[in-house]
Amino acid sequence: MEISIKKDQWINLAIVATALWFIWFASGHFDEYTIRILNNIAIFIILAVSYNLINGVTGQFSLEPNGFVAVGAYVTALLLVTPEAKMYQYAIVDPYPFVLTLHANFVTALLLAGFFSALLAFTLAAPVFRVRGDYLAIVTLGFGFIIKILAINNPEVTNGSLGMNDIPEFSNLYWTGGIAIIAVISVLNIVNSKFGRAMKAVRDDEDAATAMGVNTFKAKTLAFCTSAFFEGVGGGLLAALLTSISPDLFDFFFTFQLLIIIVLGGLGSTTGAIIGTVLVIGGSEWMRFLDEPMNIFGHETTAMPGMRMVVFSLLLILIMLFAREGIMGKRELRDLFKFGKKGGK
Amino acid sequence: MDVTIFMQQMVNGFSLGSMYALIAIGYTMVYGVLRLINFAHGDIMMVGGFLGYFGIAVLGLPFGAAVLLSIAGSAALGMISDKIAYRPLRSAPKISLLITAIGVSFFLENAFNVFFGGIPRAFPVPPYMEEMVELFGLTMPVSAILVPVITAVLLVVILWVLFKTKYGMAIRALAFDVGTVNLMGIDANRIITMVFGIGSALAAVGGIFWAVNYPSVEPMMGVLVGLKAFAAAVVGGIGSVGGAVLGGLIIGFTEVVVVAFFPELGGYKDAFAFIFLILILLFKPTGILGIDFEKSRF
Repeated sequence: MEISIKKDQWINLAIVATALWFIWFASGHFDEYTIRILNNIAIFIILAVSYNLINGVTGQFSLEPNGFVAVGAYVTALLLVTPEAKMYQYAIVDPYPFVLTLHANFVTALLLAGFFSALLAFTLAAPVFRVRGDYLAIVTLGFGFIIKILAINNPEVTNGSLGMNDIPEFSNLYWTGGIAIIAVISVLNIVNSKFGRAMKAVRDDEDAATAMGVNTFKAKTLAFCTSAFFEGVGGGLLAALLTSISPDLFDFFFTFQLLIIIVLGGLGSTTGAIIGTVLVIGGSEWMRFLDEPMNIFGHETTAMPGMRMVVFSLLLILIMLFAREGIMGKRELRDLFKFGKKGGK
Repeated sequence: MDVTIFMQQMVNGFSLGSMYALIAIGYTMVYGVLRLINFAHGDIMMVGGFLGYFGIAVLGLPFGAAVLLSIAGSAALGMISDKIAYRPLRSAPKISLLITAIGVSFFLENAFNVFFGGIPRAFPVPPYMEEMVELFGLTMPVSAILVPVITAVLLVVILWVLFKTKYGMAIRALAFDVGTVNLMGIDANRIITMVFGIGSALAAVGGIFWAVNYPSVEPMMGVLVGLKAFAAAVVGGIGSVGGAVLGGLIIGFTEVVVVAFFPELGGYKDAFAFIFLILILLFKPTGILGIDFEKSRF
């Protein structure tokens, strides 16, 4: 027993070391375009792994990521943009005086972004989880719209539909990759803890879990707030990567992409969420040709922006109908290694 | 505050509320039989609006015929979506069903976006709908009267189907217990498909009204309306057709009245439905009509 745990730890350490080495290698050797995609992948790993915690591990269908990512991005932007830059950015109305005084370093900004998202998550989830989890989807979907409405209607804080610009470009592969590693380790630790078992119990049979004394409200709320925390941090990283954000950036497509990722990877599997991210984010770069004019059997079509999304939505339906387990099912990388060794426990 | 202006706003609120109600009925009925939040319902309404547009603008049909085409087309689409996307997942975990519903919704939005473009198309409203009439000292377009009247008629029809026909009895029975309904020799799948058809037909009527009111159609028009209509269904008491109508009217009235009397809150108009939703979940999760979800429905 003890030996196997130690062996697991060595494997984990080796994986983390390889990831760190890859980040270092990529930062030094890859071209800008590739690094940009890798940054995107790292941020989406953070988002997908945490989204998977509420949707896959706890089984509560939620559509929140775009809302919390927006919150995190705006909090970070407000804290990072210098007062001088803010002075000339706010074109619609003058900002509130307190907006100008907000300033923090990158780490504090990211932590506050996560904190505010988690706090919002708690106020949202409490009324929903008190009754029935299946309203969570609609409440979180509405929440995404409300955040957008708030961002547009409070130009004194958010600069309205113009959005925030000149956000210092702090994010690089070390930050995005490093935080992705931290996020994956944190989520895996939660999944393998007492709380994680409670979450899985809620997913598999909520009534039975309640009967066994699991505090389902607490398990669901914890999963939701943890998701929101990392989505806020991910939003902050995204803001500091893109250097400008606007309310339109965080529409429902953002959430939809993450949903595809975790469904393709296998709902409930953190490894699956990572694989799904690489496939979907890499794949949507590759599928750009779909949006462009095409020559099908000599017949020239016009450019069809949005064709990728049609393909993505069909893919989602088809996976659900014919391959509901996704690539990994509920298994993790570790389970694959153990495949040949039955009766280990 | 002028009494006439106040009454005018009441009429507007009633008209908007009726549209929400028509769409909310579809949500509430599907939720009743399947426990599924049918995310694609708002988009079926959009398809209804588009079919009406095609009927009039492309095929040159008279308005009434275009409405019938839209109803038939939307009902067929609703039933097909059930048959292809939802039926194979009847015994799957609920989350799979919800994900598929999101997929269907996103597919409809984006397919229409790709093939018909995202720019709103002007809806050819028949002239008599825009004529102004005077009623009790109020001046309003015919459509503002027509919408609530037709909604009321459809509501009576739906209630008649639910409570006076064999099919209605089967639908109500399904809401209690699918297994037993099957044992009674009723084809549950057929009834569920029928519920999708009825809900989608009502959504099509709602979509046409919407298109007449804002005279335009566009692929994303159903998203926000659908969300609000679902909120309306929960506020009124999900599972209850009367509740859906009540919730729709409440949300429609609130939007119109608040924007009319507190214009500075106009930007937040779209948020009211969700504030209602959160409040109702906090204080009376069964909705206003207070149906205990596990006991009786419809």
